Amino acid sequence: MLDTLVIPLVKILIVLNAVLVAVTYMVLLERKVIAWVQVRLGPMRVGPYGALQPIADAVKLLLKEDITPTRADKYVFTAAPIIALVPALIVFAVIPFGPEVEIFGHKVTLYITDINVGLLYIVSVASIGVYGLILAGWASNSKYPLLASLRASAQLISYEVAVTMTLVSVIVTAGSLSMVQIVEAQRSAGVWFGFIQPVAFLIFFIGGLAETNRAPFDLPEAEQELTGGFHTEYSGMRFALFFLAEYANMIVVSSVATTLFLGGWLRPFPNVAMLAFLDVIPSWIWFFMKTFVFLYIFLWVRATLPRYRYDQLMALGWKVLIPLAIANVVVTGIVKVLL
Amino acid sequence: MITPTHYMLLSAALFLIGVTGVLVRRNLIVIFMSIELILNAVNINLVAYSQQLQNAIGQVFAVFVIAVAAAEAAVGLGIILAFYRNKETINIDEMNTMRW
Amino acid sequence: MADGLNMGEAIAFYVLAAFILGFAVLVVTARNTVHCVLFLVANFLFVAALYVLLGAQFLAVIQVLVYAGGIVVLYLFVVMLVNLKRPPEAHKDPRRRSGLGFALAAIVLVQVGAIAVWGARGARPPASAAPAVPALGNTEQIGWLLYTDYLIPFEVASILLLVAMIGAIVLTKKEI
Repeated sequence: MLDTLVIPLVKILIVLNAVLVAVTYMVLLERKVIAWVQVRLGPMRVGPYGALQPIADAVKLLLKEDITPTRADKYVFTAAPIIALVPALIVFAVIPFGPEVEIFGHKVTLYITDINVGLLYIVSVASIGVYGLILAGWASNSKYPLLASLRASAQLISYEVAVTMTLVSVIVTAGSLSMVQIVEAQRSAGVWFGFIQPVAFLIFFIGGLAETNRAPFDLPEAEQELTGGFHTEYSGMRFALFFLAEYANMIVVSSVATTLFLGGWLRPFPNVAMLAFLDVIPSWIWFFMKTFVFLYIFLWVRATLPRYRYDQLMALGWKVLIPLAIANVVVTGIVKVLL
Repeated sequence: MITPTHYMLLSAALFLIGVTGVLVRRNLIVIFMSIELILNAVNINLVAYSQQLQNAIGQVFAVFVIAVAAAEAAVGLGIILAFYRNKETINIDEMNTMRW
Repeated sequence: MADGLNMGEAIAFYVLAAFILGFAVLVVTARNTVHCVLFLVANFLFVAALYVLLGAQFLAVIQVLVYAGGIVVLYLFVVMLVNLKRPPEAHKDPRRRSGLGFALAAIVLVQVGAIAVWGARGARPPASAAPAVPALGNTEQIGWLLYTDYLIPFEVASILLLVAMIGAIVLTKKEI
């Protein structure tokens, strides 16, 4: 009873709360990092060095007027942000933050669950997230959001193919679909998969940028392009849900990249006994550090690179990344059979 | 105790709802979606018996059914779009005249 | 303990079956096409949950990934592109007898149900000749079968998908 009901519920509560708080502080971090790159200070007024800015943002969004366009499809209009946010959150059920540890004499695994098709579950849930975008544009009953949402969803499903191919090469290397098994495979191989599969790592990162509609692939939601993209007609809490969904997706992509390519909760060189002094840092701290590196790279890329035009974006996805990813799978398969 | 007969009844009901959709509705896209319901009904049946006989052949067959459904949906929707470009309608009652 | 498990399985089955059939009826009867598509997605998600109940986890994830996340997205795109001024079923064709269709479907359902229930009382099915596959997880079992016994259908299915891709592109080009 304790093991099957109470402990998973506590884990779910902790993970959901942590993710939502992390998402709100990601917003602040993004503004700060971009500001520092541009040699200015970012939000400084609210709280010490702007640390309470997310709370001010949340209060503002909660109190804003909630407008629904007259001819909009009421139910779909309300459902679209929910459909965008829920997949981003339920992915965290299979992401392993750490191995089995002892808490107050009780053996607890630092992940909510480990299903035998974990990686495919992540991909399939991400493909449900596309519906939020499409329906948001459709339900707004307005030209620009519809165009933007069709563009955004076409971009998403194109890069989904490339990302899934890179995941296939990781699965071939690890020999299992379960996320915990993939991390254990990295421990037994002694080296992170990012070094064995650099091409897959790169394609996954670029595809992750495109999947989350982040710069330089953020044409569908750039303000200068289509007046705000698919969430033009949304205001108040519904807009906040889209915002949350985007940053939660960023954290998901970073977590998955950490688990698959950077060894998850393992310390660097997990089998080398000489570096055992690094074990003083708990496993989940390693996980957070690596995820944070990824998130920082997301923000860094946004501050640095200019935006891709839409046809350049689609050409990159279909003509460069997908053939490269397929070639990677073939080479991985050949090497795995020969070795 | 849920026997495969329960699953077969569920599958039969879903199948017949799909067949009703194909026969009664006139919107061509809804007809296609009803065909997907029929394919799902067949899949449920296959997987239920695969579990009872403890043989994964049923699930392999279901994967092939999904692949064929994907191919059929792609080509069928291509046909719908091509037809819509010519005739400006997707009502099958207006599509059955070959002349004009 | 086993009884509690069976009870849980029975409740799960009835709940899922109710949702599956409910959403299927809504797909067939909704007026707005976009709502039809959304009900279809919900139907597929509940069918995937049913597959998990049956122990076919790989198939459940493939159902969500390919069916709900790929094929129905395609339907949604086409519904938005075929955005008609006048709904396609604005006026009924007087030659149609929709009520008769529903009645016939209900009669056939009762007949099929009777055959199923009657046949289930008969002899038990013989123990199937399962292939000599070591005790593996669900995905591994499907992988074994696909790549050893059913390799040729697998290759034929990939050629079918290639043909479908080419067909879809050719059909929708403005000039060939």
